[in-house]
Amino acid sequence: MEMNGEELINASRSAVWKALNDPELLKQAIPGCQTVERDSDTSFKATVKIKVGPVKATFKGQVTLSNIDEPNGYTITGEGKGGVAGFGKGGADIKLSDVDGGTLLSYNVKASVGGKMAQIGSRLIDSTAKKLAGDFFTKFNELVSDPQTEEDTPIIEDTVINEEKAAPEETTTTADAVTAAAPVVEKTSEEPTSSWLKPSFLIPVAIAAVAIVYFLTKGS
Amino acid sequence: MSVENGIGASVRRKEDQRFITGNGKYLDDINKYGQTYGYFLRSPHAFAKIKSIDLDAAKAASGVVDIFTGADMAADGVGGLICGWGIKNKDGSDHIAPPHPCLAVDTVKHVGDQVAFIVAESLEQAKDAAELIEVDYEELQSVTSIQKALANGAPQVHVEAPGNQCYDWELGDKAAVDAAFVNAAHITKMDLVNNRLSPNPMEPRSALGEYDAGTGEYTLHTTSQNPHVARLLLSAFVAIAPENKLRVIAPDVGGGFGSKIFLYAEETTTIWASKKVRRPIKWTSDRSEAFLTDAHGRDHATHAEMAFDADNNILGFRVSTKANMGAYLSTFASAVPTYLYATLLNGQYKMPCIYAEVQAGFTNTTPVDAYRGAGRPEATYVVERMMERAARDLNVDPTELRMQNFIQPDAYPYETPVIMTYDSGDYPLTMRTAKGMIDYDGFEARKAKSAAKGMLRGIGSAAFIEACGIAPSAAVGSLGAGVGLWESAEVRFNPTGSVTIFTGSHSHGQGHETTFAQLITDQLGVPFESVEVVHGDTTKVPFGMGTYGSRSLAVGGSAIVKAADKIIEKAKKIAAHLMEASEDDIEHAHGVFSVAGTDKQLTIGEIAFAAYVPHNYPADLEPGLAENAFYDPLNFTFPAGTHIAEVEIDPETGVVEILEWAAADDFGNVINPMIVEGQVHGGVAQGIGQALLEGVIYDEDSGQLLTGSYMDYCMPRADDLPNFNVTTTNTPCPSNPLGVKGCGEAGAIAAPAALMNAITNALGKEIDMPATPEKVWRAAQNA
Repeated sequence: MEMNGEELINASRSAVWKALNDPELLKQAIPGCQTVERDSDTSFKATVKIKVGPVKATFKGQVTLSNIDEPNGYTITGEGKGGVAGFGKGGADIKLSDVDGGTLLSYNVKASVGGKMAQIGSRLIDSTAKKLAGDFFTKFNELVSDPQTEEDTPIIEDTVINEEKAAPEETTTTADAVTAAAPVVEKTSEEPTSSWLKPSFLIPVAIAAVAIVYFLTKGS
Repeated sequence: MSVENGIGASVRRKEDQRFITGNGKYLDDINKYGQTYGYFLRSPHAFAKIKSIDLDAAKAASGVVDIFTGADMAADGVGGLICGWGIKNKDGSDHIAPPHPCLAVDTVKHVGDQVAFIVAESLEQAKDAAELIEVDYEELQSVTSIQKALANGAPQVHVEAPGNQCYDWELGDKAAVDAAFVNAAHITKMDLVNNRLSPNPMEPRSALGEYDAGTGEYTLHTTSQNPHVARLLLSAFVAIAPENKLRVIAPDVGGGFGSKIFLYAEETTTIWASKKVRRPIKWTSDRSEAFLTDAHGRDHATHAEMAFDADNNILGFRVSTKANMGAYLSTFASAVPTYLYATLLNGQYKMPCIYAEVQAGFTNTTPVDAYRGAGRPEATYVVERMMERAARDLNVDPTELRMQNFIQPDAYPYETPVIMTYDSGDYPLTMRTAKGMIDYDGFEARKAKSAAKGMLRGIGSAAFIEACGIAPSAAVGSLGAGVGLWESAEVRFNPTGSVTIFTGSHSHGQGHETTFAQLITDQLGVPFESVEVVHGDTTKVPFGMGTYGSRSLAVGGSAIVKAADKIIEKAKKIAAHLMEASEDDIEHAHGVFSVAGTDKQLTIGEIAFAAYVPHNYPADLEPGLAENAFYDPLNFTFPAGTHIAEVEIDPETGVVEILEWAAADDFGNVINPMIVEGQVHGGVAQGIGQALLEGVIYDEDSGQLLTGSYMDYCMPRADDLPNFNVTTTNTPCPSNPLGVKGCGEAGAIAAPAALMNAITNALGKEIDMPATPEKVWRAAQNA
């Protein structure tokens, strides 16, 4: 599966870059992220809990960064193992650029899934990925826009793990639901709808999200 | 004299009472004291080396009894699974059957390959423990399509099979065919793909293994179409236990379609592990596992060429097929694209010469084996799409081209150039009958009406033939089969006159409990309600080769008739003694024994009582009235017929609506017309599924199964199907005592070709199955 997209982050490029270098922030922003553990300067492990339709899994991700070009972007590659649920692997190119109203984060993800995840069908995976990507960017935007809000964010994990409905039609409404659940997000409300409709991560989440995490780790 | 509920009566199926009231006893309904639950950890990769497996955390998990890997089975001396039919290559060498371990040893070769077997107190605990197993894989590039697997430079699935080739086999006279093509006035050529199918029986596979430490006996309850064959394979090749220490029981089984013929890794592992843990273990496949591991069907890629003379007579037929075996050779996989396929490429026609070559290969996919029809649907599909295509090329009516080339009714026995000797049939009759049923001659007017609405209307036929009643043991033995294909039966009278039939044919939807009882009711005059059919248990039934290849009635039914013949022979002796007459003067009809020329008579019930209470009994005769028979058929049977489909296509949506379906089938004598019609309906439904909807798809790069659930694998539903107009035109089969041919697979054999011929007729261009709305729409738009 291939996904491309852009996300307007309501913060300066340096702030985004810095956020991308803050493992704690990333841990909070990545839906279902439980642990982030640094292996080396360019690799780290993370654990992310995900539910795709009927398949629940804890993905253990191993991610490596390359082409690091501070503060413009990098390439992440990695693999997430979900035990019986299967695995995801792939990579993403992430680029930051200045635009009106903040920083444009563009990404280009190539990923593949295996085992039960693949068997369940791309329909669910794509819609789940969209939702997870949406959740990530909502939270990320929120955290980057207001660095003071580093309170606990169990809401995110709950939202993901307990989300039973991953049908595509629901995706557009999810944005509102998540926004409503996190009232602090007002500043980002200019862009939310479009962002949901844009591409998705999921497996990439295990990868991309985690990858991003590392990235920050490395910079700090 | 016809007998109530005897041969020819549409008796309601006695088994349906329990099935439709929820009283059937399927495998997962059975539980044993102290039972544990098995769960398989499966490979998420299509092809990978197993670098390590860490079981420590899983073994320590709550409720886990034990966990086994391929190393454990190997250490225990348990053999792998085998293929029971050896195929010779063109050069005379043997086909390649690489090792097929039940649990992967160092490499996984398809998504879903078994890696570890977890046994726990509950299924949930087994699944939780599976999550704790750490497997370190080194992923390898996989290959899933047969064309790519057989090409140079493809990833090698087995080191034992260079170039991924299982065999390169041929049948027929190549020189004669080459010569015929030189002289041809016309040659029709086609490339055809027979799509890979998932069998989807309603009941998934299941196994319950028990080991009795007191007697050393194993009992395996399993969803098998042939429990004796499973026992033979488990004993002789897997070496679980000798046959006398191994009991295999297949209770009510909810459909098989071929997929439950085979001995699988899961059932084998379950029975083996039951001794290791000294407790019963139950494993039941979930639907996801069924998609991954039930043997798939079809998956052929074929190039065919047919030569005609200037008068449109067939001169020769040349077929080259690549057949996908999947990652391992399943139990009868090798025979399907060879002796069950190329031997039927003669169709219903006078073909002077045929040459077929089949290259079978390994891929990183689920093993492929027999699925309803097994080779014969593939053959009919090739022959009948070619006939239709040739008629279009030659600008003649397709049914007329067939009529012209049919083997004529007076030509039997008819020896084809590809081994088979057809014993009976009337192909022009089934064709004429089917055409009449669908008002073939009125089609052009109906087409014009559809065109006026902007719709594309098409009509297409398929004149199918199959070889059933599998099979004469000596014949299949000479072709490489590792087993005999007889059937056995015992007909046992009870002292009060009721009868129990023990049959080696297994019923998993076919209605044997009804049909077989009708045989005894007819032959011996025993009331239908007083006849019970027992099957599916190796300790109850003497022997059996099981149910597949539409063999149950022709072979299993014939064994019952033979046993009943022995009953009659003995009953005549008893009757002669009781009526103080000469045995030669005793006449028998439907269970009544009379002395010729007198009004003295005894019923079989009275004779049975005398046999078990032998107070007045012939001195030289054994008491009791129970007889065994084994029956080995003289020939295959050759059901044949014509199916014609009429469709309407909306070019704006690509949706195909099947308007009419006419089926005229020659099944020989019919025991229960209602059951036969039901079998045709079911077969046609499956054939329509293949033609319109179904298809197993693997991701070409990753080897992942993309059609692994009913969201992505589309099964036919009631509203996809038309009303079926079904009839039979019977020429009795001379090769068995009942004159029957078999009906279980006919619909699935005829339907795909008939429907695709109708669709391509409407579109005016050739497409491959499945004719999904997208594919049909594209074809219609690019017309």
